Amino acid sequence: MTQQEALFKYILRLGDNALIHSHRLSEWCSNAPFLEEDLALTNLALDMIGRAQALLQYAGSVEGKGRTEDTLAYRRSERQYYNNLLVELPNTDFAYTIARLLFVSAFEKEYYAALQNSADSTLAAIAAKTLKEIKYHFAHAHDWVVRLGMGTEESKQRVQNAVNDWWMYTSELFEMDETDEQLVKDGIVPDLKALYPAWLQAVTDTLKAASLDVPVSGYMQTGSRKGIHTEHLGHLLSEMQYLQRAYPDAEW
Amino acid sequence: MAHNNQLDSWEVFMQARPGANYIHQGSVHASDRKMALQNARDTYSRRGEGTSIWVVPTDEIAASNPDDAEMLFDPSNDKIYRLPTFYTMPEGAKQI
Repeated sequence: MTQQEALFKYILRLGDNALIHSHRLSEWCSNAPFLEEDLALTNLALDMIGRAQALLQYAGSVEGKGRTEDTLAYRRSERQYYNNLLVELPNTDFAYTIARLLFVSAFEKEYYAALQNSADSTLAAIAAKTLKEIKYHFAHAHDWVVRLGMGTEESKQRVQNAVNDWWMYTSELFEMDETDEQLVKDGIVPDLKALYPAWLQAVTDTLKAASLDVPVSGYMQTGSRKGIHTEHLGHLLSEMQYLQRAYPDAEW
Repeated sequence: MAHNNQLDSWEVFMQARPGANYIHQGSVHASDRKMALQNARDTYSRRGEGTSIWVVPTDEIAASNPDDAEMLFDPSNDKIYRLPTFYTMPEGAKQI
């Protein structure tokens, strides 16, 4: 794998994580528990779609085959997507959505802080901009997890279930393959394994503040680094890509 | 009667730039101060307006009754000597 191929594949992973998580959050539009939270969740989705656009645009220019962010978003099939499984899982309920946001934003907070030091100046610039948004995402998730954990018996049970059920998707965030190793060597991307202790600490602190149990790690899900996904991604893409698939190159 | 599942109401004030007055923007629902601040931010400041936000529990605001407007505000209307424009500027004075 050339450096260019590795970089292209790696940036797709970053862009896909933002795009697919954004899509899941946007599904809350008009469905959130109350108006203010509806705005909050869709604002997070807008942050993420902006990040996805910047990253996929850069991926297209690294690849150099004339693909734009739109081609990459709307003309790839599920096996060509590299987002972590966690972000494609259905929203399920508000507690699951918030637990996922906690896991992902705690990871991205460490990740984008480290990516600011990338030898690749475009990635470093995107990271600096993104980090400000992620800090808010984490604060929002943290506060809600604590509120649900300290709320009623039902809200506590629901958020604990969400944390327990989706814990098995968290180790994939830190998985490294040959693209990582190649790019870490040149100081272009951070070593994901090195971010794990800080992530675990942040998540543990939040769960403790919410009087929730930290799950014991057992079997862990994997697959997305190779483009292998849950059955949910295909359904998500069929909705997200419908227009461009049915009417290719449609414009308004 | 329907169960009231709305959270508490908070009034939102925003400062457009450092040193400026805080101006009332509207209100949000929230269960605590932190949530009120986040909801205010998401509802009223997404396009770069503002450097600082205040949120105040709506219940804590003492409001005058519109029926009292006559008593409270009318007496000042017919005393034009209360207004600086009542006085003619002495010749040569730059300020009164």
